[in-house]
Amino acid sequence: MNRDAQFDINKLGDQLFRREAGKMVAVLTKIFGTENLQLSEDVVQDTFANALHTWSLKGIPDNPSAWLMRAARNKAVDTLRRNKFSTLIDFSDPERTLLQSEYTLSIMMDRIWNEDEIRDDLLRMMYACCHTGISEENQITLILKTLCGFSTAEIAKAFVTSEDAVSKRLYRTKEFFREHRVKPEFPPPALLKDRTAAVLRTIYLLFNEGYNSTHTDELIRKDLLEQAMYLCGLLCGSQHTRLPEVFAAMALMCFHAARINSRIDDTGGIVLLAQQDRSLWDRHLIGKGNEFLNKAAFGEEISSYHVEAAIAYEHCMAPSFETTNWQNILRYYDLLVSIHPTSIVLLNRLTVIFKVYGAARTLNEISQSSCIREWNRNYLFHALMGDIFANTDPAAAKTSYETALQLTQSAAEKDLLRKKLSGLAC
Amino acid sequence: MAEYLFLFRGGADMREEALQDAPEKWQEHMQKWMQWMGGLSAQGKLVGAQPLKDTGKQVAGTGKVVTDGPFMEGKEMVGGYLICKAGSLDEAVEISKGCPVLEHDGMVEVREIKELKM
Repeated sequence: MNRDAQFDINKLGDQLFRREAGKMVAVLTKIFGTENLQLSEDVVQDTFANALHTWSLKGIPDNPSAWLMRAARNKAVDTLRRNKFSTLIDFSDPERTLLQSEYTLSIMMDRIWNEDEIRDDLLRMMYACCHTGISEENQITLILKTLCGFSTAEIAKAFVTSEDAVSKRLYRTKEFFREHRVKPEFPPPALLKDRTAAVLRTIYLLFNEGYNSTHTDELIRKDLLEQAMYLCGLLCGSQHTRLPEVFAAMALMCFHAARINSRIDDTGGIVLLAQQDRSLWDRHLIGKGNEFLNKAAFGEEISSYHVEAAIAYEHCMAPSFETTNWQNILRYYDLLVSIHPTSIVLLNRLTVIFKVYGAARTLNEISQSSCIREWNRNYLFHALMGDIFANTDPAAAKTSYETALQLTQSAAEKDLLRKKLSGLAC
Repeated sequence: MAEYLFLFRGGADMREEALQDAPEKWQEHMQKWMQWMGGLSAQGKLVGAQPLKDTGKQVAGTGKVVTDGPFMEGKEMVGGYLICKAGSLDEAVEISKGCPVLEHDGMVEVREIKELKM
């Protein structure tokens, strides 16, 4: 086999791993239990290693995904047979008793590897990963590893941390699964809303990790956005999880993702909304966001995702920065504050107040706010203070921008603040 | 609640080997096993079950004489076993009536697992 063909096979293997590994782990976990997550991952790794070897000898099969699923199924059968009488796998679970017997093993496996079920298996696994006993940081790490096919190295890169730290997080979460025998299942109806909120929070964190420019590697950023939208898309597509806030979160991510290309310049610098080239915005994605937002319009409550999506929609629809309907946006922020009065939301609202009413009213609102202590720790607040004073009191603006500089780790944010500093008339 | 051993005898015409050329028939037959055992499992009554190969050895006596076997007639041959939980021998017998081997001229021997006096 020539080197090009081998290269093609490896590349295909990487792509398939991203797309299929999560599904395979989700199905295998149903068989082996979350307490054996490592075993499931090992089976998947083995399957891929075998596939690449076989394909390099015999060529790529017509349907590589189906080939992989079949191979993973057979490997799972081998593993089950080997451990039939061991205590590794909990066969006391009524579903699994049937996996222990040769009379029923084959038919059980056909049922388990049913294509229609696999998407829901992935979602069930997602709910398990977002168990309330696991920290959000560990949830994201586990989701990327088990459901999105990220390597430990890729996760480390995405979070700007060491592989060692990622391995430790994964280890701790797997221990948690083992100790608590977490089952991958949809929450009962009474808990669906709360548990889905946790899942959405994790997905949105994942999205923001890609959206905010904490690192400049564009490939990783886009990858994270895609994975977050893929997972949210699964939630939208399952009858078990079609809640209005799921569609709203999806709409929000579409509106944000549509503008990603104009947010960062060629050198990795941040381009502010006012300066963004709106012709770079992805109209198709904005249209999709609009569809999701329409689908989100049912139920009795409005979630913060609804309102945030509405704000993002206003921005997407404005032909220019100047013609943005700031009054509408401010109304949405007032609504958002009533749903979700966090210091961040209040801070974002403040920037709109500044936009609509100017410095005096903004400063007045700041002086009356009880969030000042939290705001003081946030670079965005000091950056806003800098903007407020930029024209009237350059010395005060300078102090604010400098404080902001010290409070952010992001290179792109620092560049932006330096640019603002050098533009001050002092 | 006691445990019962079912020994399946006969039904050789539905063994995997006999149905090699009729995979649909084999599938259909195995679905029946699935249905029967799945029902037991759902009630928490299934302990375990396995089919057996036709060939084996017999070891006998203090001399531990090894012979090929068991060369019984197809009808007598034990083709598999199942262990389940049941409240009484009667209940176990009722359960055994669902066994697919009965549809193919086979039989089920139902035996209660004995607890030896300590």
